[in-house]
Amino acid sequence: MKLRALIPLIIFLALVILLAFGLTNDPKKIPSPLINKAAPDFSLPTVLNPEQIVSRSDMLGKVTLFNVWASWCAACRDEHPLLVEFAKQNNTAIYGLNYKDQRGDAIRWLQAFGNPYVSSAYDVSGNVGIDWGVYGVPETFLVDKKGIIRYKQIGPVTRQIIRDEILPLIHKLENEQ
Amino acid sequence: MKKISKVIQVILLSMIAYGSPASVNIYEFEDPVKKERFYQLIDELRCTVCQNQTIAESNAGLAKDLRNRVYTMIQEGKTDKEIKTFMVERFTDFVLYKPPVNNSTLLLWAGPAILMLAAFIFLLLNIRKRLSTPTNEIDEQQHKRVQALLEQENNHD
Repeated sequence: MKLRALIPLIIFLALVILLAFGLTNDPKKIPSPLINKAAPDFSLPTVLNPEQIVSRSDMLGKVTLFNVWASWCAACRDEHPLLVEFAKQNNTAIYGLNYKDQRGDAIRWLQAFGNPYVSSAYDVSGNVGIDWGVYGVPETFLVDKKGIIRYKQIGPVTRQIIRDEILPLIHKLENEQ
Repeated sequence: MKKISKVIQVILLSMIAYGSPASVNIYEFEDPVKKERFYQLIDELRCTVCQNQTIAESNAGLAKDLRNRVYTMIQEGKTDKEIKTFMVERFTDFVLYKPPVNNSTLLLWAGPAILMLAAFIFLLLNIRKRLSTPTNEIDEQQHKRVQALLEQENNHD
């Protein structure tokens, strides 16, 4: 009889757990299925020089960050100073993917806010973006020496994310042969 | 009366505008089968930025790009399965409006059936319990008292 009285409480607790789970999970954040897979191939002209080509093979042999950005993206502007700071303080190369932007706007943006990128690929059609599974700018990938994606951040990186997640993982990946 | 019918007309028309797909681009196909496959595929793929819309319905830039990608892939002769695999490899099963049955979606697919089964078992147990409990029988003495009371009542009328 006593057990019966507990049933509403048990149902209530189950509901609380279910709702807590739903509330703490952001449905907008889709875990990337590309993690631990080879970074998609690409070959595009750079933002600064249409004659110069940047491709996936340029990224091989070192741990790199691959940051998807655009001049029309407000959150990219919040993130940008952190990337500039990161590039100054660390040896890790940042490659950019300028996503569905206008070349003139992108160049002006880099001139105004600084250029933390080794080079930025100019993806005006967004096709390389689709290959990389980009659906919200900014996105940042961490790619290891063999060209395998090891981490993905959807939305702007923060100081905390750089300190607690990106930097420790970079150190770990650099020690891999 | 005329005014009311006008109002109704406007309401109905606005509903039509709402229901039409957002795809502004006209996609041309030589093969009607490919055309049908295209419209079916874009109706099954979820737009990842504007969740709860398919890429056929959405006006978002990404949805448009994905429609274009599906179009080129169909023109290249890719099968429906290849196109879906391509999307899932990039955007997970989430991109499919009809997710496949696997470990993480098992509860989703089996959930309603399990709940239904649980409700059925609960119902069955309850019925059985009710059938097995004896009905409230009264002994002879009580029976006589009831009859006496009823008679008394009848005499009063």
